[in-house]
Amino acid sequence: MSSWPTETKYISHSTKRIDAPAKLTGKARYSSDIQAEDWLYGMILRSKWPAAKVLSVDVDKARQIPGIKAAVVVRDGAFTVRYYGEEIAAVAGTSKQSCLDALRAIEVKAEVRHEFVVSETEALSEKSAQVWDGTPNASATPQIRESGSVDTAFPECAAVVEGFYTTPVQLHHPMETSGNTILWTDDGVTAWSSTQGISSVRDGLAGSLQLDHSKVRVITEYMGGGFGAKFGAGVEGILAAQLSKAAKAPVRLMLTRFDQALAVGNRPSSFQKIKMGALADGTLHAFEAENYGTAGIGGGADAGGGGGGADIPMPYLYKVPNTRVKQSGVAINAGSARAFRAPGNPPASFGMESAMDDLAVKLGMDPLEFRLKNDPNPIRQREYKLGAEKFGWKSKYQKPGSSSGVVKTGIGCAGGAWPAGGASRDTHGDAQINPDGSIEIRLGVQDIGTGTRTVIAVVAAEILGLKPEQITVRVGDTNFPPGPGSGGSTTCPSVSPTVFDICTKALQQLQTRSGLADARGENWFAACKKLGVSPLVVHGQWQPGLSADRACGVQFAGVDVDTETGLVTVKRILGVHDCGLIINQITLESQINGGIIMGLGYALYEERVMDDLSGVVLNPNFETYKLPGIADVPDIEIVLINMPERGVIGIGEPATVPTAGAIANAVANAIGVRVCSLPITPAKVLAALGKVPPAATA
Amino acid sequence: MKKSEPDNLGAQSRRTFFKSLGTVAATAATAQVQSVADGLEKINAEKVVGPNAVPVTLKVNGENLRLLLEPRVTLLDALRNYSSLTGAKEGCDRATCGACTVMFGDTPIYSCQKLAIEAQGVEITTVEGLAKNEKLTRVQQAFLDKDALMCGYCTPGFLMSVTALLKKTPRPNADDVKHACAGNICRCGTHPRILQAALKAAGVEMASKTEVVDYV
Repeated sequence: MSSWPTETKYISHSTKRIDAPAKLTGKARYSSDIQAEDWLYGMILRSKWPAAKVLSVDVDKARQIPGIKAAVVVRDGAFTVRYYGEEIAAVAGTSKQSCLDALRAIEVKAEVRHEFVVSETEALSEKSAQVWDGTPNASATPQIRESGSVDTAFPECAAVVEGFYTTPVQLHHPMETSGNTILWTDDGVTAWSSTQGISSVRDGLAGSLQLDHSKVRVITEYMGGGFGAKFGAGVEGILAAQLSKAAKAPVRLMLTRFDQALAVGNRPSSFQKIKMGALADGTLHAFEAENYGTAGIGGGADAGGGGGGADIPMPYLYKVPNTRVKQSGVAINAGSARAFRAPGNPPASFGMESAMDDLAVKLGMDPLEFRLKNDPNPIRQREYKLGAEKFGWKSKYQKPGSSSGVVKTGIGCAGGAWPAGGASRDTHGDAQINPDGSIEIRLGVQDIGTGTRTVIAVVAAEILGLKPEQITVRVGDTNFPPGPGSGGSTTCPSVSPTVFDICTKALQQLQTRSGLADARGENWFAACKKLGVSPLVVHGQWQPGLSADRACGVQFAGVDVDTETGLVTVKRILGVHDCGLIINQITLESQINGGIIMGLGYALYEERVMDDLSGVVLNPNFETYKLPGIADVPDIEIVLINMPERGVIGIGEPATVPTAGAIANAVANAIGVRVCSLPITPAKVLAALGKVPPAATA
Repeated sequence: MKKSEPDNLGAQSRRTFFKSLGTVAATAATAQVQSVADGLEKINAEKVVGPNAVPVTLKVNGENLRLLLEPRVTLLDALRNYSSLTGAKEGCDRATCGACTVMFGDTPIYSCQKLAIEAQGVEITTVEGLAKNEKLTRVQQAFLDKDALMCGYCTPGFLMSVTALLKKTPRPNADDVKHACAGNICRCGTHPRILQAALKAAGVEMASKTEVVDYV
């Protein structure tokens, strides 16, 4: 079986992002920057009702607007819309302004349904409106998992806590919205997509448009973030293709920021009722949880990689002998969930790690000791110990609420996991080595900002004895050999072994053809010259033994909480993470920073707010859907556990999992009471302190 | 295309007229109302342009960009969709994300909030205009060195905000950088690196806080 070199020049070191110059000079062309010849703007008309039967859609007047070249309706005949923002029709025209005018000219006749529901709790009631006629909003048979005997175990516990921990619907909000530029001609379809999965978009478009897969080409040279929202072709992709066919011109249809908040995915909410007990020595003994959450109207049908459901793994990281877990997803009239960075794990970590701290306090134990006692994972054990030492846990930990003054300080920690991950075995790639010594590596994957291009260059340079800047990396085109979507922390462990295989084979063949025993490094150009006039083209694919899955990770947070204003300020975060063999440290650190900052947003700021009475999303913008800004970001420290013997493991998901739990625990440690609901807003802090009445909950 | 005359168009805008109106109104007697109305009518008669496309000349990165635009086209759309300058990005189109930030003279502005027609006569710099002869600026180089970008979509905006800061405040502290970048959003989470890069461009190197530890 293959193995990674142990003495390395580039692997496990830091190579600067190879596409940074293009991105820093504006030369990088993102999907929304594509200016195909005679391109048109596309725009979508969306439902302004949370529930309605659309009887007819007349686009004739829209077609008369100057500049409008095509208008299409989502479906023929009457159809039902089930959420505010669902697609109804689309137009393409020569300017943004003409499209805006045209959208206003579309005539929609609809029977508006006043029976709808956008609150998870209300949707569970028998009296609730049904999102899908004739089907209860929540499954009549919730998923139940049981082990041991919970009912006899609780009385045996020395301490028991009960809590109701809730997390909101979180929106992906990549900086570049979802969308494409699509050209449909007699030869087929070309789509410049803002996607995490060029292959899944290709297959999705081909399926929906009834074309051979070979007739659809998807190109994603640069794209502005996805976080799980951008795997499928999406309704917006199919509409863009139909508009292009009708207008006989390329159509650029990028969603508005407003649309992005409604219709292209989110992280499901969770409402976790947890009861947990431990024996006197601190051993977890009994666990009972009932959880529900919403994935909107669906379970993430568009999620590509799946993961759009509302279920969460419980009791998460811990082995409890007696457990009963009951879960159900509940439909509401809102846009469908999609995979969102580590689906299920951040809410599970928040709920469980909150309950763990509450139980530790009740037992009179240090929360860190309590975790070490109960977490069966040896890697996390090591991470907790390393982190505690670096963070100064022992000297800084005080009993909850015991710091003096108006501004209270607190610390907390939490653990996480990413049980999925691993690699896609179906990752392929080519190398073309030219007689002049230049080399091109081609993989049908995409770089969504994680540094995939740089990873490819680093691995190739290492194996071939070249410098990363000598490697021309070509990705983001379905004309290249196929690779996986960028999701689930699978890209790095899929791509790295593939490039290893391509380059190992290429080197062997180059040595055979050139007659040189070692073609690497200083012999490279001489060896390539001996190829004569024909380049060497080598195919390779993912090989076992070079990658793994199941990364862990723990984080520590230090916060200030102003007990007069309720404002939480995160002062410090320490992330201790493992991801097997480190390929490129500088981009790995960026991924961890990014995960932590996204977790910070989940902890303190982010929440999709819906209006019960009108069924609309109230904050489909950045003014009122709050994301962390540079002033909110604390000092971030990282400890990386180097485990090269495991092979390559992705880091994208695990980095974001424990953050909200660690911050929530630090807040509880500061003020001595628990805020059980994310995001931890000033109003919730003041309510927990008894200074203001609690707000009505959704 | 005929070159438009930015000086004429910008000589007295409706806004400056209304500004002067405020002072006038405070002191004026009722009798003056009629003359105010007459004045407004005159200005409107002179200034109304569109709705059809009109010639607009933008001075971008040292070159004149002559375009034919409907007056309602924003500076951002003029750059991205009526020329090939797609470096400034559209993230929200309503002054909240900062991806569209360009320099308007020495001031960083949201180009989605300025009509192209209003942007005439002032030197505009986009991300494409920073590096000269392929040589990255200090700020760009520091972003590269510190990996202050991931997907890169917000990066042009941050670059402009930091570049403008350093022009005004060559030796900023961390709070200055945070203040200068308060109007820019990044979703990948590059903020710590942007802070490090901005300070590095100003000559201050922050020590790495990363430690690599062997498992065994």
